[in-house]
Amino acid sequence: MRLTIDSDKCQGHNRCYALAPELFDVDDYGSALVIGDGTVPPELVAKARLAIANCPEFAIAEAGD
Amino acid sequence: MSDKLDQGTTSLYGPVNDWATDFDHADPEYNPNAHEIWADLRATCPVAHSDRYGGTWLPVTHADVSRIAYDTENFSSRSVVVSTAEILAEAPIGGAPPISSDPPFHHHARRLLLPPFAPKQIDPWEHDVRALCHQLIDEMADTDVVDAAVQYAQHIPVNVIARMLGFPLEDADLFRGFVHDVLEGVNKAPGVREAAFERLDAYLERQIQDHIDNPREDLTSFLMNTTIFDQPLSPEHVRGSIVLLLLAGIDTTWSAIGSSIWHLASTPGDLARLGADPDLWPTAIEEFLRVYAPVTMARMVAKDHDFNGCPMKVDDWVLLPFPAANLDPAEFDRADEVLIDREVNRHSAFGLGIHRCLGSNLARLEVRVAVETFVERFPEFELADPGTVRWSVGQIRGPRELPVRVLRRA
Ligand code: HEM
Ligand code: SF4
Repeated sequence: MRLTIDSDKCQGHNRCYALAPELFDVDDYGSALVIGDGTVPPELVAKARLAIANCPEFAIAEAGD
Repeated sequence: MSDKLDQGTTSLYGPVNDWATDFDHADPEYNPNAHEIWADLRATCPVAHSDRYGGTWLPVTHADVSRIAYDTENFSSRSVVVSTAEILAEAPIGGAPPISSDPPFHHHARRLLLPPFAPKQIDPWEHDVRALCHQLIDEMADTDVVDAAVQYAQHIPVNVIARMLGFPLEDADLFRGFVHDVLEGVNKAPGVREAAFERLDAYLERQIQDHIDNPREDLTSFLMNTTIFDQPLSPEHVRGSIVLLLLAGIDTTWSAIGSSIWHLASTPGDLARLGADPDLWPTAIEEFLRVYAPVTMARMVAKDHDFNGCPMKVDDWVLLPFPAANLDPAEFDRADEVLIDREVNRHSAFGLGIHRCLGSNLARLEVRVAVETFVERFPEFELADPGTVRWSVGQIRGPRELPVRVLRRA
């Protein structure tokens, strides 16, 4: 599984960063970034799905979606 | 009734008889009964209309609220508070950038302010917020009944924002007075609201002068010295953004803290569960933000158009009740239940789209630390008397008086 963030949609609610700091970081403006290339190790897949499901702007997707 | 209270409760329009055709968000009956009113409207009239304030619409479904929040072409943020006053500020800047601004100006006014409110700047405040919460509890007399709104919730955001802006902490009462004038005093006779804004302006003038005379590092100085399009901000922009930062975080956060404590005081099962299993705090706080979302914003119709069969006309008001969207069963499972372990919770307490609450990282920090600390110090408490809880008037919803009986102290 690999995550991407649509930076046009992301408004910096930071739900993702709060729920899964292993997978997301924030820049100086409070917008989210995926860590590394967004690849999710198997043990964090559930957390990744939780972040997707809680993003109010529908900005997080699975690559290839 | 004292003059001060009276200013908040007497509507120019008189009592509401029918919420679908004559609603008034500043009627004292609206906030205490809001959940029932929205549920009724959702079933019968999902975009209500009232002739009050020159014409106001009230959509209550999640689909409509989010569609309007994202549609900055048809809906302007020129004013986000529905009132009887004439709105003189013009799009796209408005009187309090960025909240009053529309694209393309909005982006630039907002971008200036994002860094000081990003998580990495805000997280270090946790220690001070916690110390403040403990201090407020230490200062409460050892009486059975304490007021969680008056003695606790209302002080927390005021203290933090005064320090960020570099304003005197002793002026806290004054700030709460401004919040009351701007956000609660919306349906007054002509002139009353304008006079309140003049008092606020005069106060800011003095604070800005004080920053010129005694330079220091804070958000006020930052706004006075920063640039937009390579030019210093206009004096109106500086004042408007300071007003926004001063007012946007006060009764909003105070309401969210108060409503969360109100819920726990009326739901002993949830209070006991959080005491036994502190890992539930993150989902519990998001659930309180969903169900008791304090902030309804507003838009002004920018172009005549048809919205779901409603003939919207330029300069009509549209209330944007994010709290009603958060309770829509079409969007949330078991929407009307408070589930403190709700894992999937895509609520919009902090808005949707380009105006997402700029202070949301700070607000979440304050709410989480304040509610956790209250429960840590008072592991058991209950409403002293449900009849004595007093709710706010207007677009920001939360308890303004909240007497709780402390049953156990830690
Ligand atoms: C629980 C507390 C709070 C809630 C529920 C809340 C909610 C909101 C909402 C719904 C909006 C969107 C406005 C719109 O769509 O027109 C907003 C905007 C804003 N909020 Fe908050 N707020 C809270 C606390 C704060 C705090 C503590 C601050 C900072 C001091 C703050 C500063 C702002 C600013 C500056 C904007 C305008 C952003 C823009 O227009 O780009 N808020 N808030
Ligand atoms: S939750 Fe969504 S909007 Fe918020 S920071 Fe993450 S990606 Fe951006």
